[in-house]
Amino acid sequence: MSPRVTGATAARVLRQLRHDPRTIVLLLVVPPLLLTLLKYAFDQNPAAFQRVGGPLVGLFPFITMFLVTSITMLRERTSGTLERLMTMPLAKLDLLLGYGIAFAAVGAAQALVASLVAFGPLDLQVAGSAVLVAAIAVADAVLGMALGLFVSAFARTEFQAVQFMPAFVFPQLLLCGLFVPREEMAPLLEAASYAMPLTYAFEALRRVTVDGALGAAGAADIAIVLAATLLSLALGAATLRRRTP
Amino acid sequence: MSGAAIEIEGLVVRRGDAEVLHGLSCAVESGRVTGLLGPSGCGKTTLMRSLVGVQIVESGEISVLGRPAGAPALRERVGYVTQAPSVYADLTVAENLQYFAAVLGVPRGRIGDAVERVALGPQAGRLVANLSGGQRARVALAAALLGEPELLVLDEPTVGLDPVLRRDLWETFASLAAAGATLLVSSHVMDEAEHCDRLLLMREGGLVADLTPAELRERTGRSGLDEAFLALIEAGEGR
Repeated sequence: MSPRVTGATAARVLRQLRHDPRTIVLLLVVPPLLLTLLKYAFDQNPAAFQRVGGPLVGLFPFITMFLVTSITMLRERTSGTLERLMTMPLAKLDLLLGYGIAFAAVGAAQALVASLVAFGPLDLQVAGSAVLVAAIAVADAVLGMALGLFVSAFARTEFQAVQFMPAFVFPQLLLCGLFVPREEMAPLLEAASYAMPLTYAFEALRRVTVDGALGAAGAADIAIVLAATLLSLALGAATLRRRTP
Repeated sequence: MSGAAIEIEGLVVRRGDAEVLHGLSCAVESGRVTGLLGPSGCGKTTLMRSLVGVQIVESGEISVLGRPAGAPALRERVGYVTQAPSVYADLTVAENLQYFAAVLGVPRGRIGDAVERVALGPQAGRLVANLSGGQRARVALAAALLGEPELLVLDEPTVGLDPVLRRDLWETFASLAAAGATLLVSSHVMDEAEHCDRLLLMREGGLVADLTPAELRERTGRSGLDEAFLALIEAGEGR
């Protein structure tokens, strides 16, 4: 692999996005709008907004990057550009890291805008550092990107790729502890939650926003998120074949 | 003869349940424009994909520029243009070429040359999505020309182009060959055979003939290449 090709790939992915201003606006505006919606939905129960608002700032980039990456990668496969790249001097890792860098940047921008609105006008209070929440959000964005990349290999059409969102992301959101504390779930589901990377992403966010600090356990959560990201990237690389049937 | 750029021996390819190529053997001379002709669905694209190393091959030997097809060292020496224009529709022509130039590691100065070669100068700043089908095909071709490859594998590059552009492109191919490159160009339009130094005629996954356009006319006694091909098939040669 080469830094030149990795960098060029990241720049190319961002340029593609730049030609689609509506998507950029949606990526940046939807999370703060949803947070605003949430604040007033919990109008009579501000404590609930304070409890879920912080973690949500970090979870939005995961959800959107999963979707954006799986569609982008599917397009790369169906348009023939992937096949062209596979005949060129480009390492698979150049492609995967290029995507990773580009979408981490987008995830960071998304987390920044959501944080500014949440911690500013929406008056969201977190016990720990807001900067740390944004940093974890970037890690979550890259995790979402890596999972989306891997999952896109199993979709043949954009309809299928879009359906992977409820199939892969919703169960993780439901079981990660955001809606119901995990220890209150049916034992089988609690056990299943340990196998889902988003659980650890949420745990890390919960420690910062509620407990006030990451601590050793929170650092371990983040290590697991990073390990899951690397594993997804490795699995994604395995699905990128130079030779196809 | 300046040697073979491509040598294929007993190539068998299956796609799904069907065997697409049945033990095909052929050679492509270097420094020439070789036409790969035959009706749609006869296996031209599968043969080209096998040459550039993106097709899973059942059995057979393929040597490209002295190496096995798909060898990493070939990725800088072989240019491939697929039938559907494999470029990014949501980037401009120039942005597409900048990216492919970076991947190939060639100086940006070559982008202007490549754009001129395919007569897309006025469109360089436009989004590929807003171009016509023929223009998109030329963007894909320009991307393959960037690396100045020793072997160019072009899958139906002239489909959907107007006669003037088609003639210009064939002149470009001839000049590339004159400069030492080897070109393998597929088409399902027999009239295009006229522009080739040598022809590989395919039908139903096999090679029907390997000859020059003049030899094709001579052997069949037909002046039109379309009729000559039909005559060859009907005579049952090669199968």
